[in-house]
Amino acid sequence: MMEHHLILRVITKILIAPILIFAFYVQFHGDYSPGGGFQAGIIFAVGFILYGLVFGLRPTKKVLPEWVVHKFMALGVLIFAGTGVAGLMMGGNFLDYSVLAETPQKGQHLGLLLIEFGVGTTVAAVMISIFYAFASRPPRISDEDW
Amino acid sequence: MFSAPFTFAALSQHFPILQVVIPLIAAPLAVFIGVTSIAFLLAFAASITSLIISYSMLMQVIDGSVISYHIGGWAPPWGIEYRVDAANAFVLLILSAISTVVLPYAKTSIEREIRASAQTLFYTCYLLCFTGLLGMVITGDAFNVFVFLEISSLSTYVLVALGAERDKRALTAAFNYLIMGTIGATFFVIGLGLLYMMTGTLNMADLANRLPALSDNRTVQTALGFIVVGMGLKLAIYPLHLWLPNAYTYAPSAVTAFLAATATKAAIYVLLRFMFSVFAPDFTAATGALNLIILPFAVIAMFAASIIAVFQADLKKTLAYSSIAQIGYMLLGISYFSHTGITATMIHLFNHAVTKAALFMAVGAIVYQTGTSFIPKLAGLGKQMPWTSAAIVAGGLSLIGIPATAGFISKWVLISGALEKGWWWMAMLIVASSLIAVIYVWQVVETLYLKEPVGDVVVKEAPLSLLIPTWILVIASIYFGLDTELTLSSARAAADALLGTAPLAAGAGS
Repeated sequence: MMEHHLILRVITKILIAPILIFAFYVQFHGDYSPGGGFQAGIIFAVGFILYGLVFGLRPTKKVLPEWVVHKFMALGVLIFAGTGVAGLMMGGNFLDYSVLAETPQKGQHLGLLLIEFGVGTTVAAVMISIFYAFASRPPRISDEDW
Repeated sequence: MFSAPFTFAALSQHFPILQVVIPLIAAPLAVFIGVTSIAFLLAFAASITSLIISYSMLMQVIDGSVISYHIGGWAPPWGIEYRVDAANAFVLLILSAISTVVLPYAKTSIEREIRASAQTLFYTCYLLCFTGLLGMVITGDAFNVFVFLEISSLSTYVLVALGAERDKRALTAAFNYLIMGTIGATFFVIGLGLLYMMTGTLNMADLANRLPALSDNRTVQTALGFIVVGMGLKLAIYPLHLWLPNAYTYAPSAVTAFLAATATKAAIYVLLRFMFSVFAPDFTAATGALNLIILPFAVIAMFAASIIAVFQADLKKTLAYSSIAQIGYMLLGISYFSHTGITATMIHLFNHAVTKAALFMAVGAIVYQTGTSFIPKLAGLGKQMPWTSAAIVAGGLSLIGIPATAGFISKWVLISGALEKGWWWMAMLIVASSLIAVIYVWQVVETLYLKEPVGDVVVKEAPLSLLIPTWILVIASIYFGLDTELTLSSARAAADALLGTAPLAAGAGS
């Protein structure tokens, strides 16, 4: 059924790569400019959601199976909490980034980068997972179905 | 690279955060590994670790000292502070002890109640709920309470909805709870917003310093109102209890046992903390929140909820309504506005958690074997499931408050608090409402032991993996009725900490 929307399909194919790259820009430039894990995660997820909307759920799940999404959801939280525990192991308090590198400035920078990456991973995975959950719901029973 | 030595002493400095972070890390780890048996082991290990941590923290602070932990090394009031005193250390101990006993029970129980593919996620949600409850109790930051409240609530909705495989009504119960819980959380955060607007701070100790100067301020009074109503929804103060009976009835048995013993208890702690530590106790009393709101609704809950419990046909629902009545007793202790009153509330938190968890676990064992908790169908089970039935009787006695059970100690302290104030009529009301508890407990006992079994289906005794955790709590509910050393001294220390009669070491750094 998707064969008809030629323009949509071509434009989507062109757009997805820049969307994903922009997500990484927002992610890793987030500590210097507006951005960060939440925004980047959403943008990254949008790439996959757009693909899902135009090409259908099945090909999207072939690219990114549901179980992989679930693992990434957990992985993001683990990165965040792991950064906190790393601070604790290296002599600071939980989530104390200053001890992560030689100087406190470098440490704060590194810590922020890591936890934002954790946030981004989880947010992207959760968004895609929510899309999967809603999109794969069986259609509602309508009056004609009786 | 790692500089800190991994000794107990070095780690013990980080106990406040480890209390929360260990279950928090175990939760995604369970999803990441994705094997049910490992998920269970992770949850159980996290729970035992939490129990050890909370016990050693309680022993540290029971003399009235305070542990303050600065997250990220940022000093309060700028950073988030975790602040452990006798009051929350005691609640932490309740939470982690109950969780440690419920988890092995849950393993067997959910194998029959939840489909295999969802069991790993069950442990994840359970751990997140546990994390949230521990977090909202341990934190010294008002907004952090809200964050953890949401973590525990959202996972609770999922846990309740997991009961849908046994009974579809779990879905509406969970949805109902979601709506009510969200309204409660919203009210709570509106209250916090008003406080932040007036003081510019969210640290509880800092708020407590700044609020007395604003005690005539309408916004601050409104904030107290919002916080009391918001938490009231969460802890099921009588007219705000409507989510509770269905949520407890249709949730998986293990979830009910865990929630009944922990979720409302953590909310009561938060209410106490805000009423007496964040707001000055005199301010709270002056607004009339205690006399005009908490006291009448506590008394109504004691009677109305108990009477409703008598007329329930489902044993889980009877116990759920009895929980609302028991929450009434805890609120009654708060409304005394005295040291004995708070002690009664804190000790009843503990005793009721143990008793109600034991009862719900025993009912869960019946559901495990018969698939129902409908009272008429339980006729004659006393002979077929002797240990489970005996557990229900023992738990029921503690619920009534028979001497030599934990429930008696709570009621004793509660009545002595009433007499201390000269409220002899209140003492009579407490005894009268306990008599209603006799009725609904007797109905169950009668059905179990004196009625002939319906049909000729032979029901076997529940497996040991269900019976042992249940009986640990049953024995605990008797033990703590005989030896009150730990509970009473902790509850007194908690009351000291909450009313500020203990030396308040403000901002004692870590």
